[in-house]
Amino acid sequence: MKWSKVEEKIFVAIMICSTVVVLSSLALILGTVIWRGLPALNLAMLIQTPKGGYYLGKEGGILNAILGSLFLAGGATALALAISLPIALYLHFYAERSWHGEVVRLALDVLWGIPSIVYGAFAFTLMLWLGLRASLLGGIIALSLLELPIMTRGMDEAINMVHPLLKEASYSLGATRLETALKIVVRQSIPGLLTAVLLAFGRGIGDAASVLFTAGFTDHLPTSLFEPAASLPLAIFFQLSTPFPAVQDRAYASALVLTGIVLTLSLISRRLAGRLTEHVIR
Amino acid sequence: MAPSTPTEFIEKWLAIPKRLSRQTLDRLAKKWMGFQTVAVGMLVPLIALALLLRAQPILTVRPLGELLFGTTWHPIKQAFGFYPFIMGTLWVTITSMIIAVPPSLMVAIYLAEYAPQRVRALIKPLIDLLAGIPSVVYGVWGVLTVVPLIRNYVAPTIDRWLSFVPLFQSDNPTGYSVLAGGVVLAVMVFPIIIAVAEEVIHAVPRDLREASLAMGATRWQTMKYVTLRKAVAGVIAAIGLGFSRAFGETMAVMMVVGNVPKVPSSILDSAYPLTALIANNYGEMMSVPLYDAALLGAALFLMVVVLIFNIASRLTLVRLVQHS
Repeated sequence: MKWSKVEEKIFVAIMICSTVVVLSSLALILGTVIWRGLPALNLAMLIQTPKGGYYLGKEGGILNAILGSLFLAGGATALALAISLPIALYLHFYAERSWHGEVVRLALDVLWGIPSIVYGAFAFTLMLWLGLRASLLGGIIALSLLELPIMTRGMDEAINMVHPLLKEASYSLGATRLETALKIVVRQSIPGLLTAVLLAFGRGIGDAASVLFTAGFTDHLPTSLFEPAASLPLAIFFQLSTPFPAVQDRAYASALVLTGIVLTLSLISRRLAGRLTEHVIR
Repeated sequence: MAPSTPTEFIEKWLAIPKRLSRQTLDRLAKKWMGFQTVAVGMLVPLIALALLLRAQPILTVRPLGELLFGTTWHPIKQAFGFYPFIMGTLWVTITSMIIAVPPSLMVAIYLAEYAPQRVRALIKPLIDLLAGIPSVVYGVWGVLTVVPLIRNYVAPTIDRWLSFVPLFQSDNPTGYSVLAGGVVLAVMVFPIIIAVAEEVIHAVPRDLREASLAMGATRWQTMKYVTLRKAVAGVIAAIGLGFSRAFGETMAVMMVVGNVPKVPSSILDSAYPLTALIANNYGEMMSVPLYDAALLGAALFLMVVVLIFNIASRLTLVRLVQHS
């Protein structure tokens, strides 16, 4: 056999091995979290807030963190949505094929790469200027900054998939750009837009570094926007930092809950995308 | 007549668009959307400016060289040397790149060139899933799997066979090490490097490859001599994006590297990355003068490095896409 054929075989083998390594790292992470988290998980943990001495191994649960995270990520996603959709539409309808549209896309890509701890530090600075303490609102601001580029770029791409002729048809009937955007293009790209929203939500709910100083941490459920709020990632981190094995087990269970939420979201977004595309014209 | 109930109030406002002409609405929408777009476009300089303002107090009283290369970190005594932390970040990031880049590129080549459509459709969502796992879960995995593995197997083995290499000499018995951080970060950046590199390789024009294949070259030879030559800038950009992600990662890294403020000299030593420094000290910084300025200075440094890598990579990618 010629050397070039042997070389080809060797490298294909290396490629397949690499793929197996990458995929097995995913399996290993999920397997570890399930294997250590599942035995420690129970219903009482999910529906109680921490009682006195929870971090020493006494009674209680992580409801404060679960709800806190849902509030934080939900609020941030709503805020990011209100900013993202107009930007994505602007890029397509008012800044089509112009250099400043490309500059904004580049800026969004760069924002995507900014570490979440920097968003945390920036949001904390904003809060100092606004006179806010660590609170649900502060956490929502920090997370919405983090989610903004993810959501906008996702929507940008979803809108890009809409067939250009649809737009032309709408214009030729006399519709304005705004009408075309809202009544034709947004409806047509709903599956993609939803995927972008869920992706951003998943990123927001899993992020710890940005809510560390902005949302604070508390054992209570937040009752207003100006109270501190707990979050799942931080609950995992704090429970794991204690020296008590019983509390560390709860950290694994909490990690399982967080992973479960994130994976469910990504499955839902896939399903939704599949189901909603029935009415999309290609 | 003033509206009396909330519903009437809302209805009154909702009625306004109907009274405006459609063209006016279109123009108003353009203005409003454009305003938001410009505001978000200005966010990068705005963040940098805010951090710079907050870091100002320490930047005016300490020379930059002393901050970046000073080796003592003792905020109570007003000593703010970032050198051990910068080195900690660099050690962990470079280790992760050495681990992550070869397999990522191989997977990218496999997906772009070799994998049948069915296999691609199966593998890509799984890699996307890896990108969606929260960083704290990566940290938990590191603590549960990677750290014990290094403590019980990797470190003793290296100690027995490779201890004459300075890079592997260490007396840190805990397993919380640069290597642990590197492994966890490597898995975290797999999806980024794979996705971008695959796209870049895929974007190389088909005719180039077909010309090479027609000359009798094997697929790997074509990849090596034609496709990768053409895609090299984009592949470097993919690595740059992975690097900047690893550089700024906080939670997962700080859970597994040990956080000992000393310049590491071996991959089995503990390290204390910049991100962990910021995250660990944020609560107590307010009472010590210059402390918060120092930490926000660290955040600014982090952001500047990440920005340089990101902008360079993105510009390269934009140019590549325009050419093909």
